[in-house]
Amino acid sequence: MQLTLEFGGGLELLCESVKIHNVNVDPQNGAEKLIMKDLLRWVRTNLIKERPEMFMKEDSVRPGVLVLVNDCDWELSGQLDTTLEEKDVVVFISTLHGG
Amino acid sequence: MESDASRILHELQSLRASKSDIDRRISALETQLHQINLLNDSVPNGSHHSISTIDNSHLNGPHAHYLTPEMIHRYSRHLLLPSFGVQAQSNLLKSSVLVVGAGGLGSPALLYLAACGVGRLGIVDHDVVELNNMHRQIIHTEAFIGQPKVKSAAAACRSVNSTVQIVEHHEALRTSNALGIFSKYDVIVDATDNAPSRYMISDCCVVLGKPLVSGAALGLEGQLTVYNYNGGPCYRCLFPTPPPTTACQRCADSGVLGVVPGIIGCLQALEAIKIASVVGEPLSGRMLLFDALAARIRIVKIRGRSLQCKACGENATFTQQEFQEFDYEKFTQSPLSPSPLKLNLLQADSRISSKEYHDRVVNGDAHVLVDVRPAHHFEIVSLPNSLNIPLPSLEARLPEISSALKEEEERKGVSSGSSAQLYVICRRGNDSQRAVQYLHKTGFTSARDILGGLESWAHDVDPNFPTY
Repeated sequence: MQLTLEFGGGLELLCESVKIHNVNVDPQNGAEKLIMKDLLRWVRTNLIKERPEMFMKEDSVRPGVLVLVNDCDWELSGQLDTTLEEKDVVVFISTLHGG
Repeated sequence: MESDASRILHELQSLRASKSDIDRRISALETQLHQINLLNDSVPNGSHHSISTIDNSHLNGPHAHYLTPEMIHRYSRHLLLPSFGVQAQSNLLKSSVLVVGAGGLGSPALLYLAACGVGRLGIVDHDVVELNNMHRQIIHTEAFIGQPKVKSAAAACRSVNSTVQIVEHHEALRTSNALGIFSKYDVIVDATDNAPSRYMISDCCVVLGKPLVSGAALGLEGQLTVYNYNGGPCYRCLFPTPPPTTACQRCADSGVLGVVPGIIGCLQALEAIKIASVVGEPLSGRMLLFDALAARIRIVKIRGRSLQCKACGENATFTQQEFQEFDYEKFTQSPLSPSPLKLNLLQADSRISSKEYHDRVVNGDAHVLVDVRPAHHFEIVSLPNSLNIPLPSLEARLPEISSALKEEEERKGVSSGSSAQLYVICRRGNDSQRAVQYLHKTGFTSARDILGGLESWAHDVDPNFPTY
């Protein structure tokens, strides 16, 4: 399944400063659908090159990271259980505090 | 020469004092005048005729608005907008907005809010204007370096629009004063630069039922949204758990392109104007994400008010009293007025002062100086003959240190038995301690760090050494 993954707000620093990743991810562990929970684990293994604790905490993203699936907060689509579809755009963005 | 300088400094100080006194008196008189004008305009056939009293046949009855001729002239371009017009401008003139932080975000926000004619504009800040603020904090001018930002910002706002009542809150925002200050305003603008302030400001807005225009900027990115507006989410709905402190970067450490907070600050002014004048759709339940480098703005839909929210949720009982007792620094593990971190990881005998290090250089002592700052910091400025090995690459580059020490020993002809010294420096003396800790573990047992880093070198040894 083709997905576009984007990192922002400093999270791109964890993936060699590359913000946009066009990737191919298939449903994990023989499942029929790919859900966010599995995608997070895939991202952690395949894209995060340093300080994984700055991206994830336990099974989810760390506090202060917003996850957007097709420009919509993942809280509105089922969070970790959100089912992903072909050509979906998933954005991971760290909240900023500076000014 | 020196007495001349101190005489000039003294004169400057006394001139500044009288200037600020005059500014205060001007502001007080302007406020009086503004109020007299408002009063007169509400009296039919008073001495100040507004259009509404002279030509009210075109309006829906007399006194449909109270704009004075001067206001009509000043705000004419707003009045000409069919979707803004007299009603929105009148709303704006009756409204009050508080901007917390007169920095990179607050600068343009305040200028536009003063210019557009909000009735009362409050500014909270405890900081002073510094030279390294000027590239982004465009409300301040060089003449105000060293003076309170509130004073500088207030003077700029008054010079843009003397008819707006500008209120100076020259204090740090705390739970002890936030309720008192916020309760005097209709709309709050968060233009601060740290996590505990953001939670505190959001909670205070929830407790008092005030809409909050929240902006943030760092590096080349910005974010903007409106919290606690018309049933929309608050900051805690979105971020119930504070982020780890290591995820909270500061402009003073990570840098920021000046125009980026400028853009977000302008958008904050826009959202505040929309709320105060009751026009348009405020950015509530949505968030604007700005990527300056890619030239992209994305507006995303965010969650609504969370029923479980500790501040505004269904069963939340967050009271004014609880707000006042809440420890935001403990909650976020970071200080409300961020100051540079000062670690103390090493024994005293593993550290030397920049002055001592200077003496050893003058003596010609055999040594190697490793600078562990990132390469782009090293490019700004460095000490002569220092070897740049950024902290994250230290582990991989230990052999370079060994060979540099050996080379130095050969070059200086150090007799066998003694050896060249190893010193480590960074910007402020934190990373250098981390590096020395690591070096001690990997066999470089005599490594020492330079206390306070290049900042102490600039302060104690070479006042002409640039700081950043």
